[in-house]
Amino acid sequence: MLEAREITVRYGRQAALDRLSFTLEPGRTTGLGGPSGCGKSTLARVLSLMLRPASGTVTVDGRTVRGWRQRAPRELRTRVALVYQQPRLAVDPRLTLAEIIAEPSAAAGRADPDRAAALAAETGLTRDLLTRRPHEVSDGQLQRACVARALSLEPRYLICDEMTTMLDASTQAHLVAVVEAYRERSGAGVLAVSHDDVLLSRWAHRTVRFDRP
Amino acid sequence: MTAPATAPAPVPEPGAAPSRRPRTGPRWPVRLAAAVLAALGLAVLLVPPLVQLDQQLVDLRSAGLPPSFEHPLGTDQVGRDVLLRSVYGLRVSFLVGLVAALVSMVIGGLVGLAAGSLGGVPDRLIMRVVDGFTSVPHLLFGIFIVAMFSPSPVAVVVSVGVTHWTTAARIVRSEVLSLRSRPFVEAAISGGAGRLRVVRRHLAPHLAPHLLLATVLMVPHAIWHETALSFLGLGLPAHLASLGNMINDGQRSLLAGDWWSSLVPGLFILVPTLAVAVLGQHWRDRLNPRLRSELSL
Repeated sequence: MLEAREITVRYGRQAALDRLSFTLEPGRTTGLGGPSGCGKSTLARVLSLMLRPASGTVTVDGRTVRGWRQRAPRELRTRVALVYQQPRLAVDPRLTLAEIIAEPSAAAGRADPDRAAALAAETGLTRDLLTRRPHEVSDGQLQRACVARALSLEPRYLICDEMTTMLDASTQAHLVAVVEAYRERSGAGVLAVSHDDVLLSRWAHRTVRFDRP
Repeated sequence: MTAPATAPAPVPEPGAAPSRRPRTGPRWPVRLAAAVLAALGLAVLLVPPLVQLDQQLVDLRSAGLPPSFEHPLGTDQVGRDVLLRSVYGLRVSFLVGLVAALVSMVIGGLVGLAAGSLGGVPDRLIMRVVDGFTSVPHLLFGIFIVAMFSPSPVAVVVSVGVTHWTTAARIVRSEVLSLRSRPFVEAAISGGAGRLRVVRRHLAPHLAPHLLLATVLMVPHAIWHETALSFLGLGLPAHLASLGNMINDGQRSLLAGDWWSSLVPGLFILVPTLAVAVLGQHWRDRLNPRLRSELSL
């Protein structure tokens, strides 16, 4: 269980989240909807241990998180993977798609090109795309690489922060199917953040809606 | 040089292929600067092996000769050829300037990298030390350092390196802080990358062009410092052909009308400095993609 209790996050004097509690169960897809600026992405960053809240606690499978970003234990950090809304900002522009997908495994010291190739194929990336750099592929192809990267360490929880917003309908459907197949196979918990209520109603088992703070 | 703000943007002809490289102003200053630097570079590389210079030689029969066929830029007050000594002086100045710039960039780069990537209290502590160094006038501090050694190229390198690393530290720190907040660095951290890997794999490659540009721009600055220290008699040994020593020697014969013995080494400092500044500005424009895209609109 990935659990946030009484979380408060402030940007200056503005509270983005005010004593919010949230639970993400393994094996299920939870939708998170709401208007722009209501704190969905902030919660996604807190749950992925990339943003330290002003107050409140986060627990990952019963372990309370004490440090954030690089101060969080590696083993906890890699249990939660985050797929960003804008793939172009979420990848190092110098790396090829193959290197982007293999990056988490390489950081763990167990680079596995075959596994990276299998993930690329699963997300619909052809071999010729893997040698290209981000500026040589479309947003959809880049987001496929980001999903493959997120799945490469087989996270226990996958947070998709507006993952499909910038994509065409077919890429959207394919990536959602890839994430759902992974969830069913691994029993991971998926948090689908979106402002598209129709998408959430079809994708998520349950949906939580945020209002403006 | 940029076009006036009121000038209309050039409209491409319908169907015309877009230009591969956006124009960032007239190209001739860049070409001229590159040609001047290449010529000076070739001169300092090729002349010394071909024409030997006896640094101790004094020929009072040729003292203070104006420019002539035999001595194209005249002789100084002890009869030494000004052009040949200027080329030798530029070689020493280039070498000392380059090494001093590299030393300051290595120190500054490491300090900035540590401050930016550690963040929090270590960052604040490091930056207060940087502020402390910056608050001391660096020429005075440089004189203080160089005065502890006997005049030598090493003393000048240490003096310039120790007093000029703060600029590099600030550049690197601000760039690291900007990079750290980018989603791709966050994605790497989320994917399990440790501090060292993030620095090595994601920060350093993005910092390298900025640091290289800062180093190139630091070279003429370091040359100016070497010249200033030599002019004050604290830099390179007095007999050694260095641009600062030559200006110092030449000023004494200036009132006697020997303008060439000061002007020529002065131009040998000014011209490469301007050339490096023009090339550095051009490089900076090309490095900044945002500026590039705005200019191409």
